[in-house]
Amino acid sequence: MKLGLGAGAQMLRFDEKADRVVPPTGFTARLTLFSAFAMAFLAVFALALSLAAGRVAERWGDELAQSSTVRISAPAGEVARQTEAALRVLRTTPGIVDARALTDEEQRALLTPWFGADLPVEDLPLPQLIDIEETPEGYDAAGLRLRLAAEAPAAVLDDHARWRKPLTRAASRMRWLGWAAILLIGAATASMVTLAANASLAANAQVIAVLRLVGATDAYIASAFVRRFALRALGGAAGGTLIGVGALFLVPSGGDDTGFLTDLSIQGWGWLWVLLIPPVFGLVAFFATRFAAKRVLEELA
Amino acid sequence: MIELENVAYSYGGGELLTDLSLTVPPGSFHFLTGPSGSGKTTFLKLCYGALQATAGHVRLFDRDVRSLGRDDIALLRRRVGVVHQDCQFLDHLPVTENVALPLAVSGQDSGGTDANLKELLAWVGLTARADALPPELSGGERQRAALARAVIMSPDVILADEPTGNIDWEMSQRLLKLLVELNRMGKTVLVATHDLSLIRAAKAQVQTRVLRISNRRLQTAGADL
Repeated sequence: MKLGLGAGAQMLRFDEKADRVVPPTGFTARLTLFSAFAMAFLAVFALALSLAAGRVAERWGDELAQSSTVRISAPAGEVARQTEAALRVLRTTPGIVDARALTDEEQRALLTPWFGADLPVEDLPLPQLIDIEETPEGYDAAGLRLRLAAEAPAAVLDDHARWRKPLTRAASRMRWLGWAAILLIGAATASMVTLAANASLAANAQVIAVLRLVGATDAYIASAFVRRFALRALGGAAGGTLIGVGALFLVPSGGDDTGFLTDLSIQGWGWLWVLLIPPVFGLVAFFATRFAAKRVLEELA
Repeated sequence: MIELENVAYSYGGGELLTDLSLTVPPGSFHFLTGPSGSGKTTFLKLCYGALQATAGHVRLFDRDVRSLGRDDIALLRRRVGVVHQDCQFLDHLPVTENVALPLAVSGQDSGGTDANLKELLAWVGLTARADALPPELSGGERQRAALARAVIMSPDVILADEPTGNIDWEMSQRLLKLLVELNRMGKTVLVATHDLSLIRAAKAQVQTRVLRISNRRLQTAGADL
C-alpha cells in the first residue's frame, strides 16, 4: 500500500462522507478515548515531576556551586589567630571573590532549626565558620587545602562538592526519569491505539470489502480510520490533560524552600509542554492507526 | 475492453479455472452460465481485478491487471460497475449514501449529483426507499439499489453476479429490463447466472452471447439457450 505524503495529506483533510463510511460506535472507540484520557493524565504528572526535578537541580546547583565553607576547629585561644590566618590565605587565593567569618548571631541562626533560638553559642565549643564566595571559574581546591594546612592547620575546607554532587545528580536523574516516563506513556498509548485500530479494522473487514468493490484506494480507506482514531485520542488526551492540571492545583504547596514533591506546579514555559500533550497524543494515534491500517489492508488484499 | 488470454486460476492446490480465453467487446451483452460452484463468481472477480490469475493475462481497458498495483486497480474499478448476489452494502448508511458511495470514494463533489441521484433512484424504482437502511430492503430492492450504485459513475462495463438469485420472477424481469436499457445506452454488460429463463428473456430483447463454464473451461453455449 502506498501511504506517502499525499496519502498523509488526504488523511488529515476533513471529509464528512469519508468519515461516515465506518460505523460510528464500538468498543474500540471507548477504549481509545479512555486510554488517551488516562495516559494524558499520567503524562501531566510525569511532566510536572520532570519539570520540578529540573528546577530543584538548577536551584541546588546555582545556590551551592559558587560557595564553600572553611571550618576552624581549634582550642579556644587559637581560634581567632587561625581564623585570621585562614582569611589571609583565602583573600589571596585566585578564584575567591570574598571570604568572611560568620558572626555569633549568624552561627546561632544556622543552629536554630535544630536547637531553638535560646542556644548559648558563646558557651559551646563550636567551630568558627568562614563563608567563601567564589568566582564563576572557581578556585583550585587541592592547592587551597595545602596552603591552609601550612598557614592554619585547624582549618578544614568544605567545598560542598561531596554532598552537592549526589543531590544535583539525583535531581537531574529524576528529571530524566520524568521524560523517560513520558516517552513510555507515549509508547504505551501508541500500542493501545494500534491494538484498538487493528480490532476496528478487522471488525470492519466487510466495510473494507465494500469500499474496495466501489473503487476506494487504500489511502481513502485508511483515512476514514486514521482520522477517527486521531480525533478520539486528541479528545481523550485533552480531557485527561485538563483533569491532570486540575489535580496538580490540588497538590498543596510547601513554599519556596521545599523539594519537588511539594512543588509540582507548572511554571512559565512548562505550560507550553502541557499544551502540547493533546496534539502529541493525536499525532501518536495518527501514526499508530496509519501503521495498523497499512498492515491490515495488505492482509485483507 | 475485457480480454482474457489463456487464463487459469488455482486455489488451495486445485485448479478452478483453466485456459480461459475471451474478448468482451464494448457494447456487448454476455451471459455466463454454469452449475453452482463452477467458477462464475471467480471468473467475474478475475475480470475486475479482485483476484489475480495464476496463469495467463487479464486485460481491462487494455491494461494488464497483473502489472497494476492495488490503487491502480481501484481506479480502474471506478469504470466497472459490479452487482453482487449479496449486494454488499454499508448497513449503517441509508440507500442514497450507499448508492452514492462510488462518488464519495472517487472524491467527486455533490455538485449536480443530487439531481442525478434522485433520477437514478427513480429509474430503479427506489425513490420511496431512499432513506431506508439496507437491512430494511427486500431482496429485489437490494438488487436494484446495487444496480443503481454500480451505474452511478456511468461505468463502461457492468458485471452482475447472480443478480436475480434471491428475487422473484417479476422482479428479475424488472432488473433485466434495466440491464437491457443500460446495454442499449452503449454499456458492456456481463451477467453470471444459472437462471436460464433470464437468459431466454434477455435474448428476446437484445443480442446476447452466452458462455458456459464447464469442466473448468469456458465454452460457447449451444443454441438451446
